Amino acid sequence: MTLVDPRRDPAAAAPVPNGFGPMLRKEDGRFVRGRGRFVDDIDLPGMLHGAVLRSPYAHARIVSIDTGGALAHPKVRAVITGADLERRGMAWLPTLSHDVAAVLATDKVRYQGQEIAFVVAEDRYSARDALALIDVEYEPLAPVVDARRALDPDAPLVRDEVPGRADNHVFDWEAGDAAATDAAFAAAEHVSTCDLLYPRVHPAPLETCGIVAALDPVTDRLVVHCTTQAPHAHRTLYATLTGIPEHRIRIVAPDIGGGFGNKVALYPGYLCAVYAATITGAPVKWTEDRSENLMSTSFARDYHMHGEIAATKDGRITGLRVRVLADHGAFNGTSQPSKFPAGFFHIFTGSYAIQAAHCRVTGVYTNKAPGGVAYACSFRITEASYLVERMVDVLAFDLGLDPAQVRRKNLLRPEQFPYRCATGWVYDSGDYPRALEQALEMAEYAELRAEQAQRRAEYERTGEGALLGIGLSTFTEAVGAGPKKQMDIGGLGMADAAELSVHPDGTAELRLSCMSQGQGHETTFAQIIAHELGISPYAVNVVQGDTDRTPFGLGTYGSRSTPVSGAAAATAARRVRERAKLVAAAMLEISPADLEWEAGRWQVRGDPAAGASLAEIARAAHGSLELPDDLEGQLSGRCVYNPPNLTFPFGAYVCVVEVDPGTGQVRVRRFVAVDDCGVRINPTVVEGQIHGGLADGIGMALMEVLAFDTDGNHLGASFMDYLLPTALECPSWELGQTVTPSPHHPLGAKGIGESATVGAPAAVVNAVLDAIGVRHADMPLTPAQVWSAMRGRPLRTDLAVR
Amino acid sequence: MSFSKTVEITETSADTRRITVTVNGTPRVVEVEPRLLLVHLLREGLALRGTHIGCDTTNCGACTVLHDGNPIKSCTMLAVQADGHEITTVEGLGTPSELDPVQEGFHREHGLQCGFCTPGMMMAARALLDREPDPSEEDVRWALSGNLCRCTGYQNIVKAVLWAADKQRGAQPAEEDAR
Repeated sequence: MTLVDPRRDPAAAAPVPNGFGPMLRKEDGRFVRGRGRFVDDIDLPGMLHGAVLRSPYAHARIVSIDTGGALAHPKVRAVITGADLERRGMAWLPTLSHDVAAVLATDKVRYQGQEIAFVVAEDRYSARDALALIDVEYEPLAPVVDARRALDPDAPLVRDEVPGRADNHVFDWEAGDAAATDAAFAAAEHVSTCDLLYPRVHPAPLETCGIVAALDPVTDRLVVHCTTQAPHAHRTLYATLTGIPEHRIRIVAPDIGGGFGNKVALYPGYLCAVYAATITGAPVKWTEDRSENLMSTSFARDYHMHGEIAATKDGRITGLRVRVLADHGAFNGTSQPSKFPAGFFHIFTGSYAIQAAHCRVTGVYTNKAPGGVAYACSFRITEASYLVERMVDVLAFDLGLDPAQVRRKNLLRPEQFPYRCATGWVYDSGDYPRALEQALEMAEYAELRAEQAQRRAEYERTGEGALLGIGLSTFTEAVGAGPKKQMDIGGLGMADAAELSVHPDGTAELRLSCMSQGQGHETTFAQIIAHELGISPYAVNVVQGDTDRTPFGLGTYGSRSTPVSGAAAATAARRVRERAKLVAAAMLEISPADLEWEAGRWQVRGDPAAGASLAEIARAAHGSLELPDDLEGQLSGRCVYNPPNLTFPFGAYVCVVEVDPGTGQVRVRRFVAVDDCGVRINPTVVEGQIHGGLADGIGMALMEVLAFDTDGNHLGASFMDYLLPTALECPSWELGQTVTPSPHHPLGAKGIGESATVGAPAAVVNAVLDAIGVRHADMPLTPAQVWSAMRGRPLRTDLAVR
Repeated sequence: MSFSKTVEITETSADTRRITVTVNGTPRVVEVEPRLLLVHLLREGLALRGTHIGCDTTNCGACTVLHDGNPIKSCTMLAVQADGHEITTVEGLGTPSELDPVQEGFHREHGLQCGFCTPGMMMAARALLDREPDPSEEDVRWALSGNLCRCTGYQNIVKAVLWAADKQRGAQPAEEDAR
C-alpha cells in the first residue's frame, strides 16, 4: 500500500470524505517510514553542539565559575556564562507573566537543574565531557521547598535580586462575589470542606526540547529550528531579547514529537544556542536529555487548594469557595493570557448551577523550576475541574448520597445556555444531563453499584477479593483563547490568522499560525477547506510552523487551534468562495445573484448544467479573463479571526477500578468517556485525542509526581521515578459522544484536545476513593498511598510539604 | 563521539575501533569510539534518523531496533557491541513503495499522532509478530510495555498491531468500526 490518496487504493478501508468525517491522516506517510523531520534530525554543515551545566543545589550563591578547564578541551569552541550574557543584556529574559527568569545564573541558583553555563563543542559527546571541566564554587543557602512555608516571616528569600523585595509573594488574584458567597455559606444547611493538592507533574513529551540556531552570513538573518508550539510568538520574543528585528528572524518548527504545553515557553537553552551561534558564526544545536526536561522545563499544576462547598441536606449546591496556594517555582514563567495570573481557574463552578462562588489564588516563589501552565491544562482548568469534581464527591460522601444523583440535581440544563456563571464566564452551549445519562447507561451504572455492594460484602466477610470503585466526572472546559480585548500573551492579542490560495489547477495551499505537535492539523485543516470548497482534502496543502511562510498568530495550546485557527481557515475559505463567485459570474457573463454554490462549483440557479468548477474558476482567475475593475485576479482569501468567546466542550466520564486491599494496587477495569466538542471535523482524530488524554488521567491519578526532598533535591528527574502509563496500565477506552455545536463558531466546532486530560483525573481518583471508602487522599494514588489511605493515614504526596 | 562517515578507512587510531555492522541488509564499516551509543551511530553516523531518543534511562523504547531480529533499545547498547551483527531500523521496515503490514496497520488504525514513538513502537511490534503471528490483545500490550507513547493512549496502537497480524496471516483485517 502506498500512502497517496486512498481513493486510488482499492484496498483502502474508508473513502476520503470531501469534508468532515473519519479520514486517515496525511501525516502518517512520513512518520511510519521514519521520515519525519524533528529538530534533532537536522544536521547543518559545520554545526556545533551545545550542552548546559546545571546546578546541583536548589539554592546557593555562586562564588565563582572557572571555565578554563573546559576551554582547554581540544574540541570546545566556546563556554558561555551568565557574565558573558550580562554584558549583552541577555542574562535575564522577560517571562510571559510580567516577571524575569535567569538565562544563565549570575548571582545565585534558585532551583536544582538551573542553567549555569553553556558549552559549545564540535560534537555532542565532547560538549558533555567539557561540562565536567567547569569548576563552580557554591555557597549553599537554605531552600524554600514547601509552598506553605514560603510566606513565613523567616522564609529564605528566593528573589533577593529584586530591589526592595522582602518576601516570596508573587500575586493575589480573586474572582466571583466574596460577599454573596459568604452569605450563601452563612445560610447553608450543610458545608463540606476539603484540602486537595493537585501535585506538581510534568507534560514529558517523548521528544524533549531542542533547537538548531544558525546565522545566515549572506542575508544576515537568524534562522532557528526549534520545538515551539508558538513560532510567531517566539519570533517576537527573540527580537525583543536579541535586538534583531523580526524581519531578520525566521523560526521554523519542524515536526514536533509532542508538546502538551511543554513547548510554549522560551527556555534558556534556546537563547544560549542563539547567542552561541552569533559568537561562533556556526550553527549550534542544543538538545536536552530527559532528566533536564523533567527538572528544568515547564512543570504543571502544583495547586494547594482548600475547597468549601455549601449545599442543602438533599444535595443541592448553593455555594463554592476556594482558596488556592499556587507554587510557581523560582521565576513566574506561566505561559498564559496576561490578565489571568491564575489562568482560567475561575471556571471552577464547572458544570453546575451554583449561584454563589468565589476563589482567591495566591502565588508564591519556591526553589523549584518555573512553569505551572502546561500538560493540557487549558490554563488551569485541570485544577478547577479536579477541585469541583472532587468537592461534589466529598459532598456526596458527607451527605451519604449517590454522586450520580448529586450531579443530576445540580447540572446545568440545556435551556440555561448561553449561561453566565457566578464568576463571569458565558458558557456557549451544553446538554450535560444527556451526556451523563449516556455515560451511565454505557457503563451500566446500576449493575456496577450492585456488583460493588456484593464485592464489598464479600470482602468484609472473607477479607479477600478486590474492591470495586466507580468514579464520575462531569466536566466543562473553556478553550479557544481568545477575544483580543480580554486575552493577550505578552501583549500579543490572541487572534489567529489563516491564508488560503487556490492554485491555477484548483488545488490549494492553506497557511496557518497554529502549530501541530501530533494533533493532525495537516489532515483536519485540509478537511475544513474541503468542507468549504468541495474539493478533496488531498488537494489542500497545509503549511504551518514556518514564520516566513505563515501568517502571524499565537500557536497551538489551550485547545485553541480548532476554535480560533479553524474559524480563521473556514472564514478564509468562505472569502475565497465569494471571490470565486464573482469570477464565475464574469466567466459566465451572468449576475452573481443568479449563481448558487453546489459542492465545488458555482452554477446557474435553475440551470445546474451551466456553471464552473472551482478548478475552472481558478484557471480563469489566473488567466486572461477580463475581470470587473474592483475584482482582484487570482484566487485567495485570508482572515484574522478574533473569537467572540471561548468554546465550552464538556463530557461525562465513568471510571471503574478494582483495588487490591492487601497491596493498594489499582487496576483500571473500564473507562467510559462521553465527550461533546460540537461538530467533529474528523471523528478518528478526535477519538485519538481523547484516548491520549484519558491515559494522562490515569498517569496523573495513579503514577505521576514531581516530588522534592527537604533540601530541594528533585526526586522525579527521570523515567525511573517519574512514572508514565504504558499499554498495560491503560484499559481499552469506551467512547461515546453527543453533539452540541458552538453557536458562535463558524463550523459549530469546539476544541477537544485537552478535555480528557482535564476531565479524567477526577474520575479515576473518585473511583479509587469510592472503592476504598475514603473521603479524600491526594494524587498520585500509588499502591503505598492507597494502602495508607485505607488505614486512615493518607501520605503526603510530597515529603517536603508539611 | 567520533566516527567516519565513509567506509574507506585505512588506519585505526588507538582510541577508536573499526566495526562492521549490517544495517538494513547493507554491511557498514565504521570507525567509532568505544563509548559511542548504537543509537548515535545509527542517527548521526549513518543518518538513519527514524530511530529516536526519548529518555536517558532505557525506559521509553523510542530507540527500539532489531538486533539479529530481537528488539533492543539502541540507547543501551554500544555501537562496538553491534560489531558483526545485523541491525534493522524503521528505514528497513517495508520498502519505499510497499509498507510492512505493521506500518500499514499504524496508519489505518490511527496508531500514531506526533510520530515520535512510532518507529520504536513498530519495531517492537514487528518483533512480536515475528515470534507470535496471532497475538492476543494482552500479548500485544505486554510486548509493547517497554515502549512509551504520550499521544495515543495505546488503544489504537494495539488495534494497529492486531490489524497487521491479521493481514500478515492472510486473514481479512477487521474493518474499521462503522462510525
